Amino acid sequence: MKKGYFGQFGGQYVPELLMPPLLELEEAMRSFMPGEEFKKELRVLLHSYAGRETPLTLCPALSARLGFNLWLKREDLLHTGAHKVNNTLGQALLAKYMGKTALVAETGAGQHGVATAAAAARLGLACTVFMGEEDVERQAPNVQRMRLLGARVCPVGSGSKTLKDAINEALRFWIAEQRTTHYCFGTAAGPHPFPTLVRDLQSVIGQETIRQSREIFGRLPDVVVACVGGGSNAIGMFYPFVLLNEDAGAGKTGGKVRLVGTEAGGTGEPGCYSSASLNLGAPGVLHGQHTMLLQDKDGQILPSHSVSAGLDYPGVGPEHAYFKQTGAVEYAVVVDSRALAAFAALCRSEGIIPALESAHALAWVLDNAASLPRGGQVVVNLSGRGDKDMDIIRKCLPELCG
Amino acid sequence: MSAERLTESIKAANRQGRVALIPFITAGFPDLEKFWDILAELDEAGADVIEIGVPFSDPVADGPVVAAASQRAIANGATLAWLLRELAARKERCKAPLVLMGYYNPFLQYGLEKFAQQAGAARVGEVSGCIVPDLPLEESAAMRAALATENMALIPLVGLNTPEERMAAYARAASGYVYLVSVLGTTGERASFSPEISTALQMANRNFAVPLALGFGLARPEQLEGLPFRPQAVVFGSALLKQLEEGGRAADFMARWKQPSAGF
Ligand SMILES: Cc1ncc(COP(=O)(O)O)c(C=O)c1O
Repeated sequence: MKKGYFGQFGGQYVPELLMPPLLELEEAMRSFMPGEEFKKELRVLLHSYAGRETPLTLCPALSARLGFNLWLKREDLLHTGAHKVNNTLGQALLAKYMGKTALVAETGAGQHGVATAAAAARLGLACTVFMGEEDVERQAPNVQRMRLLGARVCPVGSGSKTLKDAINEALRFWIAEQRTTHYCFGTAAGPHPFPTLVRDLQSVIGQETIRQSREIFGRLPDVVVACVGGGSNAIGMFYPFVLLNEDAGAGKTGGKVRLVGTEAGGTGEPGCYSSASLNLGAPGVLHGQHTMLLQDKDGQILPSHSVSAGLDYPGVGPEHAYFKQTGAVEYAVVVDSRALAAFAALCRSEGIIPALESAHALAWVLDNAASLPRGGQVVVNLSGRGDKDMDIIRKCLPELCG
Repeated sequence: MSAERLTESIKAANRQGRVALIPFITAGFPDLEKFWDILAELDEAGADVIEIGVPFSDPVADGPVVAAASQRAIANGATLAWLLRELAARKERCKAPLVLMGYYNPFLQYGLEKFAQQAGAARVGEVSGCIVPDLPLEESAAMRAALATENMALIPLVGLNTPEERMAAYARAASGYVYLVSVLGTTGERASFSPEISTALQMANRNFAVPLALGFGLARPEQLEGLPFRPQAVVFGSALLKQLEEGGRAADFMARWKQPSAGF
């Protein structure tokens, strides 16, 4: 495969002005990340600062109803409230090793922005975060948190005023500030080497899940489900399983683990905007990558939509496009109303308030329970907690809020 | 349909003792019809090459002026299909060779070969090449091959941070001219150049056989003073679009650059 490609997907479709910093980053990954010193420093940060490892929690009430054991991988318990911090601590540390003094990031839901701001503060780096004006409004508490953590938050009023435009603006900023600044990309997408870098930093999720499954129920799960925005929590969960499944395919171990990614379907009305680029998009080039995109026939990128800001992106990481093509992972579409129903179910049955993003993964399990193995083991990656979603929940589920 | 025509047109200007002038305008801006008037006006005013921007929803290499023009053009209904259709059918005739500048996805969705053929069939003016800002050397093979079937150039963009090995690699594949981005940044007017521009100009000059066009950030000919030597060509986009936006005329903008101070 060509460098930076996953089958036909991936690549480095960026202005020449961004090639030197991307090559510098690739070199830094090669020279610093495998070293014992870097690995130890990151391990300590993840453990004593971010709160790893995260538990694998059984949901007794839902399990009894569903007829199989439902487990949650609790990324929601991490510092700053989502899996994003696995990535930002790794990238911030790498930036320090590279001699950079500042981070720039894009953010949609604000979770990646908060996680970047926290990592920057912790490691003594300056931090600038670009966020679409629409997201600044619908995720206001996270804007406040970023500012408290010392980040400069720049609202983006161009284009659709959401994540896609925040990425454009962050890339533009990086062109100008590349000498001092590392672009702390928030998901397993964008130009090479970001999809690989973010996947490797998030793979701790899947690695822990494999170990915990073996410890707790003595084998691998039957089904593992994660939501897909740009694809970082999902690739971090799936990738270690894909490697095991490849071994299983080669006859080395037992059966394969079924892997399911859930994309956001928006309202689900005919012709509505969605964020389901794998299921409803076509191959194209955006943000440095050849991947599946929601676009019109002229190649203009369409606005995306989801009730969860973190899934609201018209593209997806290139490795997911590849896994869809090879069949290594299945990808389903979950609409807003089903995610909201799953959100409510988890609050009331288990006492856990999930992020609306993560509720898209849970919804697939609740809505497809009949087809899942009775008495089996099903894991949902609970990528984040729902504190940031209170305003939306008050609007969409007023009956729940009393 | 020839890359050589770009080189030739720039050299002809240099032989007249002046820097070749390459205005950039966005297709379909400020509206679908006025765009063609401006194109004709620029040609009439002595443009040596004209770059036509193909609008894209997510122009990451562009600053606010070009990005806004692009957004407006899309709202006006400008598409690559429209542009190619009109280029083949309209009665305007440009003396200057044309270059289409746009992001990769619209070309990719149109079909690279089909695009090259239809661009080759343009009658308004000769489409002699393309600039695709999000296509670095590593990703450019398919586009370059498609353009080569019609003898069109894929014009490289290099910058202040491009190492000499990369310049040399671009130079081996270059035809038409090379575009030196004068700032470590996006398109848009700048008050002055960074001192690094001198080194980059000299490096580009010793690596490329094709003429050197300096662009991004240019508004006034005085900006060229203080450079170690004059580039063979200058490209101006944002400053021109802004003048048009404010109701100014393309010809007046061109006239400013025809002053003796812009001499070669
Ligand atoms: C809690 C949570 N889950 C999931 C996502 C989606 O991103 P990704 O697909 O990269 O995991 C986000 C993004 O903001 C998020 O905040």
